[in-house]
Amino acid sequence: MSFETVIGLEVHAQLNTETKLFSKGSTVFGAEPNTQVTFVDAGFPGTLPVLNRHAVHLAIQFGLAVQATIQQNTYFERKNYVYPDLPKGYQISQYRHPLILNGHLDILSLNGQLKRVTISHAHLEEDAGKLLHKFQQTAVDLNRAGIPLLEIVTSPCLSNTTEVITYLKSLNQLLRFLNICNGNMQEGSFRCDVNISLKPIGSSVLGTRVELKNLNSYRFIEKAVLFEENRQRECLLAGQPIRQETRLFNEASMTTEPMRDKESTHDYRYFPDPDLMPIFISDALITRLSTQLPELPRAIEKRLEAEGLDQQDDRDYLLTSPAILAYYDAVRSITQASPKLLINWIKGPLTAALKDRQQSFENISLSPQLFSELLNQLTTERLSTSMAKNLLTQLLNGELDSIDALSDDHSAGLSEQEIQAIIEQTLQEYPLQVTQYQQGNSKVLSFLMGQTLKNLRDKPVDPKKIQAALIKKME
Amino acid sequence: MMHTYSLAKMSHALQKKTISSTELTQFLLTRIQASLKINAFISLDADYALQSAKQSDEKIALQQGGALTGIPIAHKDNICTRVMRTTCASKMLAEFVSPYDASVVQYFSDYGCVMLGKTNLDEFAMGSSNENSFFGAALNPWNIRCTPGGSSGGSAAAVAARLVPLATGTDTGGSIRQPAAFCGVCGLKPTYGLISRNGIIAYASSFDQAGLLAQTAEDLAISLAAIARFDENDSTSISVDVPNYVEQINKPLRAIKIGLPHCFFHPDVDPAIQNALSLAIRTFEKLGATIIELDLQTYETWIPCYYTLACAEASSNLARYDGVHFGHRSQKASSWREMVTQSRSEGFGTEVKRRILTGTYLLSSQHFDAYYVHAQKIRRKISQDLQQALSQVDLLLGPTTPTLAYPLDKTQKSAIHHQLSDIFTVPANLAGLPALSIPAGQHQGLPIGMQLMGAHFSEALLLQVAHAYQRETDWHAQIPPAFAGADIGDIL
Repeated sequence: MSFETVIGLEVHAQLNTETKLFSKGSTVFGAEPNTQVTFVDAGFPGTLPVLNRHAVHLAIQFGLAVQATIQQNTYFERKNYVYPDLPKGYQISQYRHPLILNGHLDILSLNGQLKRVTISHAHLEEDAGKLLHKFQQTAVDLNRAGIPLLEIVTSPCLSNTTEVITYLKSLNQLLRFLNICNGNMQEGSFRCDVNISLKPIGSSVLGTRVELKNLNSYRFIEKAVLFEENRQRECLLAGQPIRQETRLFNEASMTTEPMRDKESTHDYRYFPDPDLMPIFISDALITRLSTQLPELPRAIEKRLEAEGLDQQDDRDYLLTSPAILAYYDAVRSITQASPKLLINWIKGPLTAALKDRQQSFENISLSPQLFSELLNQLTTERLSTSMAKNLLTQLLNGELDSIDALSDDHSAGLSEQEIQAIIEQTLQEYPLQVTQYQQGNSKVLSFLMGQTLKNLRDKPVDPKKIQAALIKKME
Repeated sequence: MMHTYSLAKMSHALQKKTISSTELTQFLLTRIQASLKINAFISLDADYALQSAKQSDEKIALQQGGALTGIPIAHKDNICTRVMRTTCASKMLAEFVSPYDASVVQYFSDYGCVMLGKTNLDEFAMGSSNENSFFGAALNPWNIRCTPGGSSGGSAAAVAARLVPLATGTDTGGSIRQPAAFCGVCGLKPTYGLISRNGIIAYASSFDQAGLLAQTAEDLAISLAAIARFDENDSTSISVDVPNYVEQINKPLRAIKIGLPHCFFHPDVDPAIQNALSLAIRTFEKLGATIIELDLQTYETWIPCYYTLACAEASSNLARYDGVHFGHRSQKASSWREMVTQSRSEGFGTEVKRRILTGTYLLSSQHFDAYYVHAQKIRRKISQDLQQALSQVDLLLGPTTPTLAYPLDKTQKSAIHHQLSDIFTVPANLAGLPALSIPAGQHQGLPIGMQLMGAHFSEALLLQVAHAYQRETDWHAQIPPAFAGADIGDIL
């Protein structure tokens, strides 16, 4: 008996709002425990929630980006359950009327075809706090309690780990380019749960599904899915029924294990939250939010291709983060350099130099104007590649604040006559190699080049010119 | 004879400086100490009160005082205050000190009121007799063997005994009006959304409203002004133009139409109460009112609808009391889950547990449609029924309660019996309408209250009608015999 895998994904994305979903608590990551908690977040007696409308706007923009229906009459419901990280004993969420319905995201499938992943719905809810386990005690940190989450749920339409990872990466990218979530899995602002079941190939009846949690990286997601697929297959082949349950991924053993201390099917007793008014979303608001949508990844790709970036790699590189793309666009709009030169320099020397300095494109200290000027001079051959790389270093170090100064400096190092003299001197030091070259051994040229540069004592020079001069002299 | 002064009279005297707030506060604090037996207060803070009184006197000296500056006030103990504990009359919060003030507390403080203490109530505002209090029952100043009513029993008793001219209460199914009726004082539950719920410890969110207890309609009008306003901290708070209540109540009363629902005058209502209402109706007719009898079709659904929805909301609102972040934490547990169940078992009284269990059942997925959804639909119908009636008349009149205040030792009545006695008061909470209970008579030494219920935001009219009634009658000026004198004697 052969089985096929059916997977649905639930992603919880923390929204980029300044304050929490129902209080004025700060959403900044990494603060000392319990320093970003208002009385509302902690569920103190008598406190009441007040909706942060910005979160609703961001959710609507997500809906627009995935061509979903915006549910214009919606409301919040209480999801009732007991857990130490849930101060009120309920989570304010949505259930019967989620804000976003029936969207989709197209991804590249295994066979190179476009696959449409159905997003059955997305809704807003508040995040819970965090439990920290230390020395056999558990401590509760409520900083995270109340942070706005957009829960994005697909239909069970995925069938293998490639599709799962591709979808998650595409979704992550979309959220970042929409500027509604920073997509950081390590910080917990992009979290994924997997619902997985097996069914006999060709059957239309879905198997019992298992929910997988505690999946903290793409790698772990992949491992968890493969392990679970296998586990379920073994069970079914042995005639054992699959238990509907939630299983946690164990990073140490790379297996999934049943969750302790939580009932497998919980009655959440959803009912409309009487502390909050229903929300009505006008056509005018949807239109306004639509015009404020940033450029989205698929559109960006088409544009980049039209502008001359015909390599997929290059386009993919620029789509790794909005900051990289923004930098590229800024430079591209003012530089004389070709898009190809620009992308090569960004991908290569600039990225490497930033990495060395622990900088990123988000906080890069080199202005697009200066970088553009550098590339301009490279294009007009006023600078050689190695000179440009040196310059880049100096610019990033803050040793220089303009290009002209340096490119003049460059040739102020040595005069043309001095350079010729040193070339002469080198050739006289190695007569044997000169003879070898003249007899047809071209490989010895690099040896001579090396010695010449050594004699030049690392003065900034144009290697191409040196090489040309050497060859000329030896003829 | 300061204790016999209404709030209006005290205000006048303070502003004229014939008495000082410090004098008045000290006087009342002494009276309170002499009346501890009626258990109207859970917490008192004389130092804090006298300090506030001093500040108010300084304001008055600088001619910066207003109508409420220096006026002593008591807050029901389910309303958060930073000074003194906020216990909700429960073991669960017996030691709890709120880190913030409720909005209504802040507003009264801004207006210069002097907080004397926190008053007794049924635990978490669940009950109609103040017997469900962890700190013991409050007693009715008219007859200490009787209940003062609930859940705002302590506030009603304190005002009736002239221990304080003004007290806040909360009203979810009648919890201000019923004790006001049993204690012979005026109690107002405003329109839902008019008064901020921020800092009001929740029982049933879509029913709860903070309100006021005082001696006269005029007193209510003066104090309502301080708290009838929009609060951005409460998403159910409404922004409306609020009239000048004091100005409004003194305008000549036009010829109004008063509706008498048949269901308010059924045979089970105590005959003494029916008589009092008949006399009151004649007084209203003398004042130019037309009386119109009408029917409220949804009558029999009021109580089940109220209890279904209130218990459902309560079961969720009280989920936060788990011993983790605040409140009572059991020492007997060996796991987290045990800690939660033990803390709640130890911390909550019987009535609270009953309502939580009921509410949990009603919200469960198997019963949700049959009970909760059904009740919501009925609530809509009840609301329409009442609003329809109020489109034909200016206000609805009837008894506040079917009986007089009943003896405490006989209140081993079933929970159902207690619930049924809320019949006249719950419709106002179901429909969010304002309702006022004022004294309308007495029988065998116990007060009788009548209820005026109006359309949304008709507080000014209700108070005006009540004020006109109180110019023709003096039920509101009656003081329980044991508390009539300046010195409180032996009140056995």
